[in-house]
Amino acid sequence: MPSTLTDLAPLLPEIWLAAMACVVLVADVYAGRGRITVAYLLAQLSLLGALWLLLRDRSAVPVSLFDGAFLRDELADLLKLFVLGLTAAAFAYARGYLQGRGLERGEYFALGLFGVLGMMVLISAGSLLTLYLGLELLALSLYAMVALHRDSLEASEAAMKYFVLGALASGMLLYGISLLYGVTGSLGLDEVARAAAADGADPVMLLALAFVVVGVAFKLGAVPFHMWVPDVYHGAPAAVALYVGAAPKIAGFALAMRLLVEGLGGLQGQWADMLTVLAVLSLAVGNVVAIAQTNIKRMLGYSTISHMGFLLLGLLAGTRDGYGAAMFYALTYALMAAGAFGVVTVMSREGEAERLDDYRGLNARNPWLAFLMLVLMFSMAGVPPTVGFYAKLTVLKAVIDVGAMWLAVLAVIFSVIGAFYYLRVVKLMYFDEPPQEVPVRAGLEAGTVLSVNGLAVLALGLLPGTLLALCLRAVG
Amino acid sequence: MLADWPLLSLVVWTPIVGGVLVLLAGDRAGTGAKRIALAFALLTFALSIPLFTGFDRETALMQFEERVPWIPAFDIYYHLGVDGISMPLILLTTFATVLVVIAGWEVIRERPAQYMAAFLIMEGLMVGVFSALDAALFYVFWEGMLIPMFLVIGMWGGPRRVYATIKFFLYTFLGSVLMLVALVYLYHKSGSFSILDYHQVPLGMREQLLIFLAFLVAFAVKVPMWPVHTWLPDAHVEAPTGGSVILAAIMLKIGAYGFLRFSLPITPDASAALDWLMILLSLVAVVYIGFVALVQEDMKKLIAYSSIAHMGLVTLGFFILYTIAERGEGLQGAALGIEGGLVQMISHGFVSGALFLCVGVLYDRMHTRLIRDYGGVVNSMPAFAAFAVLFAMANAGLPGTSGFVGEFMVILASFKANPWFSALAATTLILGAAYTLWMVKRVIFGPVANERVAALRDLNAREYVVLGALAVAVVAVGVWPDPLTEVMHASVENLVQQATTSKIQMLAARP
Repeated sequence: MPSTLTDLAPLLPEIWLAAMACVVLVADVYAGRGRITVAYLLAQLSLLGALWLLLRDRSAVPVSLFDGAFLRDELADLLKLFVLGLTAAAFAYARGYLQGRGLERGEYFALGLFGVLGMMVLISAGSLLTLYLGLELLALSLYAMVALHRDSLEASEAAMKYFVLGALASGMLLYGISLLYGVTGSLGLDEVARAAAADGADPVMLLALAFVVVGVAFKLGAVPFHMWVPDVYHGAPAAVALYVGAAPKIAGFALAMRLLVEGLGGLQGQWADMLTVLAVLSLAVGNVVAIAQTNIKRMLGYSTISHMGFLLLGLLAGTRDGYGAAMFYALTYALMAAGAFGVVTVMSREGEAERLDDYRGLNARNPWLAFLMLVLMFSMAGVPPTVGFYAKLTVLKAVIDVGAMWLAVLAVIFSVIGAFYYLRVVKLMYFDEPPQEVPVRAGLEAGTVLSVNGLAVLALGLLPGTLLALCLRAVG
Repeated sequence: MLADWPLLSLVVWTPIVGGVLVLLAGDRAGTGAKRIALAFALLTFALSIPLFTGFDRETALMQFEERVPWIPAFDIYYHLGVDGISMPLILLTTFATVLVVIAGWEVIRERPAQYMAAFLIMEGLMVGVFSALDAALFYVFWEGMLIPMFLVIGMWGGPRRVYATIKFFLYTFLGSVLMLVALVYLYHKSGSFSILDYHQVPLGMREQLLIFLAFLVAFAVKVPMWPVHTWLPDAHVEAPTGGSVILAAIMLKIGAYGFLRFSLPITPDASAALDWLMILLSLVAVVYIGFVALVQEDMKKLIAYSSIAHMGLVTLGFFILYTIAERGEGLQGAALGIEGGLVQMISHGFVSGALFLCVGVLYDRMHTRLIRDYGGVVNSMPAFAAFAVLFAMANAGLPGTSGFVGEFMVILASFKANPWFSALAATTLILGAAYTLWMVKRVIFGPVANERVAALRDLNAREYVVLGALAVAVVAVGVWPDPLTEVMHASVENLVQQATTSKIQMLAARP
């Protein structure tokens, strides 16, 4: 155990966030009118503060605390950086939406901060217990956020489904974890890793692995554990779908990385087969079913599923390049998803803009917003010069390196099918006449953040080298 | 000194920067945006001329090379360079873009700034495709090019533009992703993304066949070869005039260029094994598509089909080299076929671009492309008729025009391979003359069809400049092709050498 306060220094970002989330909660109660502004500014302050604490002194990294239960390594710091940044962007997009739609409650930001705390704990998990704690903190925040719009039947239904299915998946994961504990006698991931490497063929171990993979697949939203994704994306208010769709994907990657790679790396041969099935199904179902959607949030939900399929491809390669590729994919996908949902959130400010038809003629109503969405859509489709292309390229390379040519071919063919529904959004925005000539205004703050977000997708597409190198260094 | 400048980068990035500036200027600036666009197009063309004048004709090595690390983690370089195969195509690109900008000056009324910007950005990307020597960089340019073209057809095209543009995008995207898999596999084998390293990497027959087929899908769709050509008539008919010109003059050439840069040198044994397939598909394109062109009622569609037939001759010229080599005719004959194909590519760039511009001239006035709506145009537009007849003759391969040179070289080379090939290939001269001249007869000559034709205004100064420039190019290449073929010699001979060196033996020779 740490003996002095200074030993807790690596934990400062988490401590600060926990304290600030409580402050936001209390301030929200007493702020009265304009409470959402107070909560929003405090929330942004918390995120910025956490960012500053995270980047302030990195001389001690890598470091482990509490007998290895809490790790701060390159991987954790890079993932946390993106989680904090993307959540700050999501809050900026959400503010106007919450004000415009009569959801002026500070809870969104308080819950959001607790969610971030959960993600950060999960990312830093060095033992099964920390991992589970972080995951549950995140999940509980998300359940509550989805139900934020409590008068909406759809939102309540989505929250209910999410909660029931999520609880089931958590139970599975916990069962797997308890089996692991039973076999190895330890909660520490390093101990588990040693045991897994030593006697991987142990049937109980394999049983535990199956449960763990189910849990991970559910959190990522991989087929056949994807049922909650379209419903939650569809039913939740746009601002919440935005939050759910972006940063938690990074947390999902961290979960897979910590549990499967660092904990059960010895069983790579076994879980790679399971992930292959999940990845292929996700690519197929996500891309094909998305074509039939008329609701853009639901479409993006299915698109998420297909992207998680790609991410799994990187993981299952089981090489350093593969993990780096999956990490690059998770980070850049979260960036794209934040941007795409950001556009949806900005568009939905005055009234629902959920149907694809609401995007008709956007180029005439707001050319810049349309251009950003164009970049994001082409990036999701994996067309250069956007970052989505390099995400796919790195994954393909990892898969081909391990000789799984058929997986690469399958993946690119499904991404051609997927390109169709992204193109349809572009088609609606650029080729169709707008139903009304009312210009869309993004507002200064959301507009600026959205521009940075969209241009980052383009800039990383032109110069992906640095981030790629960082990802490769973080995993190896 | 000009030679020390990163010329290729300048030619790639100047139009892209120009395009962004035009976008920023927007439509509020009135003609300002167009003026910027024209200035950048002219500047890019001027910058590309030293590539020709400063080109060393004696070597097959890459020239004007630039190489900077781009993604060090994967060994990807920003590596540009040209040889005698790619350099003429770059000039063709910069030349055609100037014409497209001028041609769209008054015609494009809706969002002209976005239109001009799309063409400038596309120009930069196309030059990038021709000059990239790193496979990843090549792919970035190759795919990136689709985005502006997708928007151009979709935003300024005809009534069925959405169908046409999505078909165009998905067809080409499907082709290129398989190529991407092949490129990554080659990286896996060679340890680098350099195309020049790909040329050297030894490969077994099975690998070569798969890679060849992956390339074939990508390039055949782009060329386009029968039977994956069906996107082209749709895209051409629906695209605005500028889009048709760029599609016909440059984009189709990119597919053919791919065969020379990738298929032949990287998979020589597979190319030799499957050359019958390529020759067959090429001859089908020449003969069958020639007949299809004959029955078209829409002028743009007719020229589109004629493009497919002419590109068939190009691919025929590329792939007869193995038959020639087998017959012991020496590599000279093989080089003749490839050079003929290359000249045909350049010539077709001029001629098809010019023909689409001619249709554009008529369409702007009459708003119809159907042949039957015209007749006797020569009476009201004598100057236009003169140009149209010249370009039609070039399309039919009349001696003295650029169309003759390439076709003659390919037919001559194919005779060395197999007289039957040349007999079939030569039908292009008959069919080409038939469909082109018949169209000219129905549109330009004969009695004045209706009052609208009688009221047509002849060419204005802008159209004179565009068509005049192309006419000079067509006749110049037709009369004196030497400057063009000279720059190709060394590179083509080197290519023939590579394409006839078995990689399987290379593999066997390795310990």
